[in-house]
Amino acid sequence: MSRRPVDLTRWLVVAPPTLFLLAFFLAPALIVVAASLREPGEFGGLAPLDNLRQLTAESYRFLLGDPIYAEIFARSFVVAALTTLICVVLAYPLAWLIARSPKRRRDFLVLLVVLPFASNFLVRIYAWIMLLGPANLLYTPFAVIAGLVYVHLPFMVLPLYTNLEKHDPALLEAAQDLGASRWTRFWRITFPLSLPGIGSGSALVFIPVLGMFAVPELLGGTGDILIGNLIKEQFLDNRDWPLGSALSILLTAAVLGLAGVAALAGRRGAGGTGAVS
Amino acid sequence: MKKPGVWLWAAALTVYAFLYLPLAIVVIFSFNDSMLNAEWVGFTWRWYATLIHDGEMLQAAGNSLLIALLSSACATVLGASAGIAMHRYRFRWLPLLVLTPVAMPEILLGVSLLLFFRQVLDLTLGFLSILVAHITFSIGFVAVIVRARLAGMDESLFEAARDLGATPWTTFRRITLPLILPALAAGFLMSFTLSIDDFVITFFVAGVGVSTLPLQIYSMIKVAVTPEVNAVSTLLMALTLTLILVSTRLAPDVLKGRGAV
Repeated sequence: MSRRPVDLTRWLVVAPPTLFLLAFFLAPALIVVAASLREPGEFGGLAPLDNLRQLTAESYRFLLGDPIYAEIFARSFVVAALTTLICVVLAYPLAWLIARSPKRRRDFLVLLVVLPFASNFLVRIYAWIMLLGPANLLYTPFAVIAGLVYVHLPFMVLPLYTNLEKHDPALLEAAQDLGASRWTRFWRITFPLSLPGIGSGSALVFIPVLGMFAVPELLGGTGDILIGNLIKEQFLDNRDWPLGSALSILLTAAVLGLAGVAALAGRRGAGGTGAVS
Repeated sequence: MKKPGVWLWAAALTVYAFLYLPLAIVVIFSFNDSMLNAEWVGFTWRWYATLIHDGEMLQAAGNSLLIALLSSACATVLGASAGIAMHRYRFRWLPLLVLTPVAMPEILLGVSLLLFFRQVLDLTLGFLSILVAHITFSIGFVAVIVRARLAGMDESLFEAARDLGATPWTTFRRITLPLILPALAAGFLMSFTLSIDDFVITFFVAGVGVSTLPLQIYSMIKVAVTPEVNAVSTLLMALTLTLILVSTRLAPDVLKGRGAV
């Protein structure tokens, strides 16, 4: 008797967001998979599909056959890795300073990192157009990396800070008592313990960079395009939707692969810290 | 713990400068009395005056505000149900469905919605497609904030209400809702900020007829660097700054929530 109303409430709570996301997130995602197997329409979009035998892997074959695509994928990974690395180097002093500051000052220092987020993504890119234009550095790979780092830096600082804040100061004191130098204390204790923080920050930087098109388009030259630019080009300029969809599927596969690797590394990393403490 | 040393302060301040200097330049040059963004000539309000008379810009701003209001209202309701559901019922698939849109590169959500609207629904892109897209990417953020709030609450409150004979609806209205109200407000403000700032997804689903502020800024900076862009950027910055400050007041864990997703 009392089970029924409870079950009804449960479905009243779960159903609306679930149905909305099934309709506007999952269904569109599946459509992309289907579209990647269709033929391009005569005037853009997709060719009409009469029977299932018209499905084709032609777009994938085309992408795999032309080395330029493999090259752009590879370069996107290099750019994402470089951006992530620079973000780690810049985020570390900031995160460490905040973690070692008195408690009452920490929230304020964190807020100072987040506030530049209050500016629009395009405004932050525009700032670099203004800054690099007069220096003749615009439309170079340097400008692209600078813009990418600038846009993503807070995503590295926050998880790193959350990690560093939890470190037990007794570890460092013990190391000092045993005669370890400042340098040794950092590389043997703080850095290894902060790897999970660096890991989650890296996921938040690396993955969005792969799909980025606005930064290369506005700050970079023609040779600086990333996977995101290829996708945008196929959907909005060339209107070859099957090819754009195939590129999107390959990007999704790359992202899922990375997420899988990160999850594995996280599990192993957690075991590692367990052994240290 | 030992106090941070001089070197650490110096390094951190350099990075803070890296974060703020470019934006400061944008703001300062919005008051510069010169067409060229090259050197400081003198103080003026005229770029703000230009904005007020820029019909396209005002139209775009109106669209942005209306879409932000409507989409964050819907996303707050849907996101709150998702947050409550994730906290209360242990469906394995639910967090996956709710949080994946947040973790994916935005461009993927953009192109999939473009395909869906055009190919499946045969919808003319415009106001409605932007609205639906904004609700879709905001739900996860609201859900995370609401779930975090619920996780910090005392379960015995709900048990007490049940023991005293309250129906699920009464428990929700008298206990859950008042307790998650700050999270709802923070979620609403967060979705509002995300919506008014979104460029990538809007870019794909906007079509040709309807423009928003970020789309307007994009088409301007693609062509040239003008102080009018600095002025609109400064105003937009002031607006989102206020929203972020208010939402951190309402729910202090918002900042950490943002880092976690």
